[in-house]
Amino acid sequence: MLIRRPSDISPSEITPRRCYEGRREFIKLAAAGSVLGAAGLFARGAAAQEKTLGLQKLASVAKSALSTGEPPTAYKHVTSYNNYYEFGTEKDDPARYASRLKLRPWTVAVEGEVMKPRSFGIEELLKFPLEERVYRLRCVEAWSMVIPWIGFEFNRLARLVEPTSKAKFVEFVTALQPETMPGVRLPVLDWPYVEGLRIDEAMHPLTILCVGLYGEVLPNQNGAPVRLVVPWKYGFKSAKSIVRIRFVERQPKIAWEKANPSEYGFYSNVNPNVDHPRWSQSRERRIPDFFARRPTVIFNGYGERVAGLYAGMDLKKLY
Amino acid sequence: MQPSPKTIAALKAAVFALALVPLGELAAGALFFPDWLGANPGEFIDRATGRWTLRLLLITLCVTPLRAITGWNWLLRFRRMLGLFTFFYGVMHLSSYVTFRRVFDAEEIARDIVERPFMTVGFAALVLMIPLAATSTNAMVRRVGARRWQMLHRLVYLIAPLGVLHYWFMVKRDITQPAIYAAILAVLLGYRIVAGLAAAPSARKVSTGQTV
Ligand code: HEM
Repeated sequence: MLIRRPSDISPSEITPRRCYEGRREFIKLAAAGSVLGAAGLFARGAAAQEKTLGLQKLASVAKSALSTGEPPTAYKHVTSYNNYYEFGTEKDDPARYASRLKLRPWTVAVEGEVMKPRSFGIEELLKFPLEERVYRLRCVEAWSMVIPWIGFEFNRLARLVEPTSKAKFVEFVTALQPETMPGVRLPVLDWPYVEGLRIDEAMHPLTILCVGLYGEVLPNQNGAPVRLVVPWKYGFKSAKSIVRIRFVERQPKIAWEKANPSEYGFYSNVNPNVDHPRWSQSRERRIPDFFARRPTVIFNGYGERVAGLYAGMDLKKLY
Repeated sequence: MQPSPKTIAALKAAVFALALVPLGELAAGALFFPDWLGANPGEFIDRATGRWTLRLLLITLCVTPLRAITGWNWLLRFRRMLGLFTFFYGVMHLSSYVTFRRVFDAEEIARDIVERPFMTVGFAALVLMIPLAATSTNAMVRRVGARRWQMLHRLVYLIAPLGVLHYWFMVKRDITQPAIYAAILAVLLGYRIVAGLAAAPSARKVSTGQTV
């Protein structure tokens, strides 16, 4: 049997010349394309530390052991891809319109089942000892970010007003400024946006009142001047631009629950095992990845610290 | 107005190129200009391809009324291309979902389609487009027969409402956008109903003429 060595067969014997030349051209182009593409993808990932909006800097911010070591999401993404329906339902609406938000004067009334109701001017809130908390944020829409928030534990503020034994829940009422908020013209949600937590959730050390991110005060689209951050719950639980905090006996009706009780529950803990009726919660896209390749972790990875709050509760029923 | 064959060929080339612009933009954004696609590029592609599928579908449905109103029969010669581009963007939309959103997880995809009405409806719309795309060539029209071909292609009157419904079900709260598409579709389908009713007596005459 005659076996020709591979080098004996020239490509031209098998494939017409025009064809294989064209093919080589194509392979070169494809290779060049994928190299450039890979470079582009790499550049996306590497962009984490960069220019901010240059807002007022927050001084003497302590680090926290509760921060994650994961690389923070780029400032430009954190501040351009937002859900803040008062300014519109598209992700870029808040960045476009929230600059109109009227920030001064700003006070937060703290009232209800407390011994010492009072209100706090934003200047007073900025004087609480501030910490940086780098937290994962998981949106109910199956994307996630890592954000270096700045704020202080909610329980510090709560202690100043002395909640009574009747304070079982905390309700957070957010700003409603029809003159600056184009989104509230439509009854998309029952304005003003109201959120709530059980008292033990609110008092948990991970729950913060947040006044800044990336070393500066909060950009308006992220909920300036003061918002809640509850990292083990879907993002909408972290109410933005808070104007009133009420300690109450009954579980508050929260905005999304009112809008659609079969899709959004009071607790809304991050949970890969409880799907949203219209999409699976088992994975997430870490901004700015193309692929939803990250498995979602129960309580957004904070289970070690918070799972105890829900001992004995059926999280499938109380979603 | 009857453009020359040359003008029509040029127009066709222009429409072809225009229909590729959205895809080109997405490809360029994905490969070279990340800022174009924003913070969530996978979702951006999902949504852009979904919207273009629906837009092209509605544009395709404009051809018949426009032709009737203007009397420009040559407009008909663009319908096949527009329909095929609709299908093409539909396939891109599905591919985007399968790769970026579900990362080829067949079980999840099956569950989505079975359990989530908005997905079921979108999937049905795309599947129903397959026979239309498959019978788009002249040879296929001849093989199927003009009458049956026309019957088959009436499926588009089901596909388009399914597409709008898919969008409507998907939206979390603010239904403005799907409502706009629904209104345009209502006009396009409404026109056909009205025109059909107006033409009904003569149509009957024609059809008896054919059977005899
Ligand atoms: C197998 C078929 C299909 C699948 C799996 C599918 C999947 C999806 C998914 C997952 C979304 C959500 C995107 C998001 O939340 O950001 C979406 C949106 C959408 N889809 Fe589909 N779809 C299919 C077929 C279709 C068809 C046939 C049409 C049009 C006729 C269509 C039009 C749309 C539109 C307009 C949107 C909304 C885009 C936007 O947010 O502006 N889809 N689709």
